[in-house]
Amino acid sequence: MAALYPAYPRQTLTALQTLVHKETHRYLRIWVQTLVPPAITMTLYFVIFGSLIGSRVGPMDGFDFMEFIAPGIIMMSVITNSYSNVVSSFFGAKFQRHVEELLVSPTPNYVILAGYVSGGVGRGLFTGLIVTIIASFFADLQIHSIPVTISVVFLTAVLFSIGGFINAVFAKKFDDIAIVPTFVLTPLTYLGGVFYSISLLPDFWQGLSLANPILYMVNAFRYGILGSSDIPIYTAYLLIGVFIALGTAISLWLLRRGVGLRS
Amino acid sequence: MNALSLRQLNKTYAGGVTALADVDLEVEPGDFFGLLGPNGAGKTTIIGIVASLVTPTSGSVSVFGHDIQRDPWEAKSNLGLVPQEFNFNQFETVEQIVINQAGYYGIDRHTARERAEKYLRELDLWGKRDASSRSLSGGMKRRLMIARALVHEPRLLILDEPTAGVDIELRRSMWAFLRRINERGTTIILTTHYLEEAESLCRHIGIIDGGRIIEKTDVPTLLSKLKSQSFVLDLADSVSRLPHLPDFHAVPLDERRLEVEVRGDQTLSELFAQLAAAGVEVSSMKNKSNRLEELFVRMLGNRSPAPTSENA
Ligand SMILES: Nc1ncnc2c1ncn2[C@@H]1O[C@H](COP(=O)(O)OP(=O)(O)OP(=O)(O)O)[C@@H](O)[C@H]1O
Ligand SMILES: [Mg+2]
Repeated sequence: MAALYPAYPRQTLTALQTLVHKETHRYLRIWVQTLVPPAITMTLYFVIFGSLIGSRVGPMDGFDFMEFIAPGIIMMSVITNSYSNVVSSFFGAKFQRHVEELLVSPTPNYVILAGYVSGGVGRGLFTGLIVTIIASFFADLQIHSIPVTISVVFLTAVLFSIGGFINAVFAKKFDDIAIVPTFVLTPLTYLGGVFYSISLLPDFWQGLSLANPILYMVNAFRYGILGSSDIPIYTAYLLIGVFIALGTAISLWLLRRGVGLRS
Repeated sequence: MNALSLRQLNKTYAGGVTALADVDLEVEPGDFFGLLGPNGAGKTTIIGIVASLVTPTSGSVSVFGHDIQRDPWEAKSNLGLVPQEFNFNQFETVEQIVINQAGYYGIDRHTARERAEKYLRELDLWGKRDASSRSLSGGMKRRLMIARALVHEPRLLILDEPTAGVDIELRRSMWAFLRRINERGTTIILTTHYLEEAESLCRHIGIIDGGRIIEKTDVPTLLSKLKSQSFVLDLADSVSRLPHLPDFHAVPLDERRLEVEVRGDQTLSELFAQLAAAGVEVSSMKNKSNRLEELFVRMLGNRSPAPTSENA
């Protein structure tokens, strides 16, 4: 386990800065692959679900359909982009073996984790911002609570970056980095109340939806922007907090054991 | 204090291959040490363990007195690694690779830039600083790995087959470079299949085969051992004590058999002259195989593409 206070604080900080710089540079350099696609996809969501279909759907929870889906769509882009940034960057480092540059160096494991997570959070928030700007052309978004909005989106980005990291540790081939996003994240996000309020669902499906962690994050974020939520938002903070703690512990353990990294 | 000290290293890979068995090795500060051995002997495994890329099954490693488990920061800061296989980020430029590596050792960006320039110039890569690593030739990639390994100025530099796939001219200049940094005080360990390389560069040599260190000695002793031959002599009459052979090393196997070593600079005629002088009559003799020589023949047999015909 990482020492509470590093033996070489200044050097440790330099190592972290180097890694954050490198990870940020990575997604900015390949912006056509990292930043443009979510902008296009999310614009399509707004046009199709918001403008075209949304005008025929009545208000949702008392909001315009467009207003209602905007926070969910922003959140969806943050989740997918944080996750895929870390999973592809760290898996790439394993695959090309330049992760060895870090393993031979004295950079502590928690710095390696923090560095990759920073890259994921950076890209997640960056795309979130782009999508928010796009959304503002379609809907008049008044932010109900800035602290809730910012903290929820930030913590969610951290959580899914850690998730991407764990996925990358276990991934052995490129296919393995697409499995979780395709079969877990996307369905959970769609079913996480991005496009609807769960109050529309029959009781049984409402109950089942409450087992979906993404629902809490989407709702807490929607609360931050619109001031309306299907769930009490403190449960969202609690849930995200617990998952982050758990994910961090697992990641550090995996790094220490060298799972997928050392033979 | 040793530059490198390996204690009872054992490694069995997940697949069940035992790559190292009870390896003990000490390398003194300032040494130029060659680790020789045929393919699959365990050289890269040893280096991997020292560099924290491979987890040992048991045993310990210390670098300049720092245990790699207990004092990772100190141990790792003293170590530079040039791996056997290229492991760059394909998309990063030459300069970024070296600067980032310095950062991982906690070297501030300003110093990192200066060091990167210094080592890239020394290794004749400064003109390529903005090229992406994948656009480099094999020889340039080798040199880039050396620059990257030196940027934090380690006291121990380990190179795993640094001259594999490098043409003669570049090989000579790499040798000269390595000699120079060794003279400046950096301890160097390199692995190689080429006796010639070890002979020209190293002061001490360790030979590993089948995961065991079978010989550790200085270069002249190794060469004389390599060129020596052993014979088992069957004697016509039994002798009660070892006959006096002033210039030869002899060991009695039993009353009628004697094992004698003939070094490269000695002849069989000299041996028989001394045997006759001692009054010993030989009825027959057979050549005993030289284990080291066999090993080297094996090493030459399966050595990867001849360095002379390869272009960088
Ligand atoms: N990751 C691994 N998993 C399983 N077995 C391995 C692994 N790496 C090496 N081995 C096995 O361990 C033994 C020693 O391999 P190692 O790479 O250390 O040899 P080497 O002396 O470096 O050989 P070479 O001269 O070919 O580079 C070999 O039998 C090899 O097949
Ligand atoms: Mg090897």
